[in-house]
Amino acid sequence: MPTDVTTDNVEKVIFDGLVELGTERDQLSREASLEDLDIDSLDLVELAQIVEDEFGVELRGDDVKDVKTVGEVIDLVVSKAG
Amino acid sequence: MTRRVVITGVGAITPLGIGAKPLIERWSAGECGIADGFGRCLDFDPLDFLSKKEARRSDRFAQMAIAAAEEAIGQSFGTDGELPYEAHRIGCVVGTGIGGLPSLEENQRKLIERGEKAVSPLGVPLMMGNAAAAAVSMRHDLHGHCYGVVSACAAGAHALGDASRIIRAGDADAVLTGGTEAAISGVAVAAFGAMEATSPTGISRPFDARRDGFVMGEGAGILVLEEKEAAQARGAAILGELLGYGATTDGYHLTAPQPEGTEAARAISLAIADAGLTTVDVDYVNAHGTSTPLNDRSETVALKAALGERAADIPVSSTKSAIGHLLGAAGAVEAIATVEALRRREAPPTVGWEEPEEGLDLDYVPGAAKPIENGDGPLVAISNSFGFGGHNAVLCLAA
Repeated sequence: MPTDVTTDNVEKVIFDGLVELGTERDQLSREASLEDLDIDSLDLVELAQIVEDEFGVELRGDDVKDVKTVGEVIDLVVSKAG
Repeated sequence: MTRRVVITGVGAITPLGIGAKPLIERWSAGECGIADGFGRCLDFDPLDFLSKKEARRSDRFAQMAIAAAEEAIGQSFGTDGELPYEAHRIGCVVGTGIGGLPSLEENQRKLIERGEKAVSPLGVPLMMGNAAAAAVSMRHDLHGHCYGVVSACAAGAHALGDASRIIRAGDADAVLTGGTEAAISGVAVAAFGAMEATSPTGISRPFDARRDGFVMGEGAGILVLEEKEAAQARGAAILGELLGYGATTDGYHLTAPQPEGTEAARAISLAIADAGLTTVDVDYVNAHGTSTPLNDRSETVALKAALGERAADIPVSSTKSAIGHLLGAAGAVEAIATVEALRRREAPPTVGWEEPEEGLDLDYVPGAAKPIENGDGPLVAISNSFGFGGHNAVLCLAA
């Protein structure tokens, strides 16, 4: 069963996922910019795989191409699920 | 005006430890880094050299090349990150036999178990054979020639040979070059075993009558090659010189060496001639010496054919007796071991050699290291590398 798509759940999965991909946890916040965290297109594809496994929400490259902050990724997942 | 190629930095990750120093010191002392039938680099932790993110983005074979390059660059260029030449005048040519096989296997498993969507977007960049060369050049911001060399167990030597040609041709002033391999994983272990190339007893004893196959090893060797006058002008410490390079192909069999070693002998002769030397100038041979019944016999025949009477007068030893067969890294790691052996003026032993076989009658340096005799001047060695497919690559080195 996919996890419920609540903002809190998505934030936890994305924060944990980014740490798994090599980001330092103390640098993470909703406001942090992907560029400052050195998160690139390959990281976003891996993150999308984690999100899909967890929530059943599919993110494609086009969906995330204009996303600038961690918070925007979280909001995108929540809105796609809705 | 002929451009000459010198070695100004070396770095190695091997089953004998982290660095070129433990490689030469422990091998010279007759120690062996093989355990439980494999030459693993048990001391290597990628996080000693890479961030977690960098480590995730490189397969073990690339991680080891990055670490070895760090040592070589530190020795040659220093540790302040400054390059001694314009970045586009520095190349990076790194050989591998197989590439990121463990990464390929992991993604294949995900594909079978969970379908296409589970395959990592890093699958291709992790496994591609040029990944090590790309990673090293990216890390040090090098912009000259950069590619991987793939020729099985001759890849490391081919890489050094190509790199020296790039410098001689004037296309670069320095090239980071070498070989790397980390393929001790399911498919490779099973496949080498299936063709009965690897030792069922797990013992690497080149040229010994009891030898029964090679022992798989892993590791990396990276060297900084530089144009000699440029290196001298910047005051770099010169460790040795890559004097000559010879490469031929058997055109005989997919895996077996040509029994008379005709083309291997030709590669040896070409390397010596390329150095502007003759057989009497050769003081030491770092053999390919895999510990397979076929290689060690045909290589002995080839050495006798190429070196004539000189073959009986000089020490011939195999690094693989101490670390196993590092496949695409072997030629580079062995070139480093050769240069360091010449600098110490001492031929390290063929560890474990005890029982002679008829026809295999060269001085394989049994028991302990022995002095390389030839006055006080620079010493000359050849380092042989032969690969499945019939590839022969021979380096002529001096120090």
